Amino acid sequence: MPTNNFINKNLSDEDIKRLHRKMLLIRKCEEHLGEATKNGAFPGAVHLYIGQEAIAVPLCDQLEDTDWISSTHRGHGHFIAKGGDIKQMMAEIYGKSTGVCGGKGGSMHVADFKKGIIGANGVVAGGMGLAVGAALAAKMDKKGAVSVIFFGDGAANQGVLMEALNISSLWNLPMIFVCENNQYSEFTHTSEVTSGKISDRARPFNIPTHDIDGNNVIDMWQASSHAVRRGRNNEGPTFIEAHTYRQRGHVEFEYTFLSRSYRDQSEVDLWKRDDKDPLLRFEKYLLEQSLYIKNDIERMHKEIQDEVDEAVSFALNSSEPDPETAILHMIEE
Amino acid sequence: MAKKRMMPAINMALEEEMSRNSKVILYGEDAGISLLGQTTGLQEKFGKDRVRDTPICENIMTGMAVGAAAAGYRPICHLLYGNFIYTGFDSIANQAAKLKYMTGGQVKLPIVYMAVIGGGRSASAQHSDIPYPALMNLGGIKIVVPSNSRTAKGLLKSAIRDENPVFYLTAASGGKPEEVPDDEDFLLPIGKAECIREGSDVTIISIGSMTIKAIQASQELENNGISVDLIDLLSLLPIDEETIINSVIKTGKVVIVDEARDVCSAASHIAAIISDKAFEYLRAPIKRITVQDVAIPYAPILENSVIPDVKDIINTVNLLISSRS
Repeated sequence: MPTNNFINKNLSDEDIKRLHRKMLLIRKCEEHLGEATKNGAFPGAVHLYIGQEAIAVPLCDQLEDTDWISSTHRGHGHFIAKGGDIKQMMAEIYGKSTGVCGGKGGSMHVADFKKGIIGANGVVAGGMGLAVGAALAAKMDKKGAVSVIFFGDGAANQGVLMEALNISSLWNLPMIFVCENNQYSEFTHTSEVTSGKISDRARPFNIPTHDIDGNNVIDMWQASSHAVRRGRNNEGPTFIEAHTYRQRGHVEFEYTFLSRSYRDQSEVDLWKRDDKDPLLRFEKYLLEQSLYIKNDIERMHKEIQDEVDEAVSFALNSSEPDPETAILHMIEE
Repeated sequence: MAKKRMMPAINMALEEEMSRNSKVILYGEDAGISLLGQTTGLQEKFGKDRVRDTPICENIMTGMAVGAAAAGYRPICHLLYGNFIYTGFDSIANQAAKLKYMTGGQVKLPIVYMAVIGGGRSASAQHSDIPYPALMNLGGIKIVVPSNSRTAKGLLKSAIRDENPVFYLTAASGGKPEEVPDDEDFLLPIGKAECIREGSDVTIISIGSMTIKAIQASQELENNGISVDLIDLLSLLPIDEETIINSVIKTGKVVIVDEARDVCSAASHIAAIISDKAFEYLRAPIKRITVQDVAIPYAPILENSVIPDVKDIINTVNLLISSRS
């Protein structure tokens, strides 16, 4: 039994390295944002994806630009995983004219429709209807495209999930429901606000479910592969509950306004260890499988850090939006 | 050209536009059987793929329209009664009205949200609201309120061809059958009011179901020697300020008839526009005839007492005319 329960049946060495690279890219972007926000480097708040990279990356790796994803307020990871440009993402978060939304959306609304990214969403479960609508369009187009909704354990308690499950199953839509159960709904442990198992919620609708370790990139790749195949073959929706852990706060800087802590630091530290954290676990596996030696990993880190630094410089050197553009884009003239 | 009532005129527009463009799809509760007649026969003609019966789930229905539109379709989301807009309001307010803006104009959202609004049918409080005041404040959408079968056809066809989310709100009972053009390209421009009666003593601006009452009132006022300039507003977003202001310049006296509750009603907004842009032409205070701060009651005598009627319009105009200035 390999360490970390990584049992790989389908992925080539090249696939594995590609997944690692993408996960690392998300991690480095998010680490930068987590640091930069302390200095007030950009205007708004950020909700970071650190610790959940093994969910978006292996699923989006199997998608094309013609497939759709809709995601959450913790949406940078999904944006990057689906092929969003990190320069344009950084510029957006920095509120610059070169941002992917021209500085109108910021962190919570990074989107790129050309790449099938309907976008992050500031309303918990707000992306649900959008993804189902895109799935309906995909179904009617009959070209085998799929639509993915990434949502959290918090969103699983919104009633719209029931509506989405019902209609997706009823109409046999190519929907992939991915619940990233990171154990916290804002500042409250999910067990305090959630009854039953979230994946059980899909079962009465006859939707096949996967209840998996979301910090295991290979497991997530395999569950995603099943879900994508079903969607492409017109076999209907699939539900994945990926168990993970929110290593960062609900929002960066939260300790400045919360009156008390809501979890022990020891709990957070546990999930950062190399047998828990999805990236460190994966890197351990890469070394064990001799896909990389330590130097390779260090080189990768440097390479990706350079890429992130370049994106940050691009954002910093970009101009601010022209205030006159503030009134544009409400209506298509 | 044939005489049609409101619902058959809507049905005609839907059928023409669905024939014209295969990307137009329609879904809603009982869309196949059609509760009120707007969608009668469409499922038989266009199939269950393009005309879908949905579960009762406004929350997802309003959001689905955004996703389907972003992915290249032109969905018509049939919400039955205007009150159900509130049930599906999250995706309307937070997604449909804002997604284009939030993403820097990346996406077009050609959606029609269709519903029947207003009272007069003993349908009581949860099936009789006028929801457009809440919608008008959203931005990012258009709102049309046809007043009869001809404008119902022309505005619906324009709404379906528009590249924005358009709320298409009609009265449940559209009055007498009227001539409806057969022309398959009969389009009425969104954002343009119609002056349906020219006059010089007073301007009456009416919205949707109130137009029939305003026509009747204008006729009676005319018989008593009062000349009415009657504007059927037809669109609330965008609003035809030019037609309104030009009429006010001519008459100096304005009555606005709106079936919404008074606070932040369309009438209040129009009054604000007039006082801002045509204050110097006013010769009397702007009068709003609206519903008081009540829900719409059930018993006909109660309902009639709160919804503006012909008598209210006549009395208000007479009061304005007698206040000589």
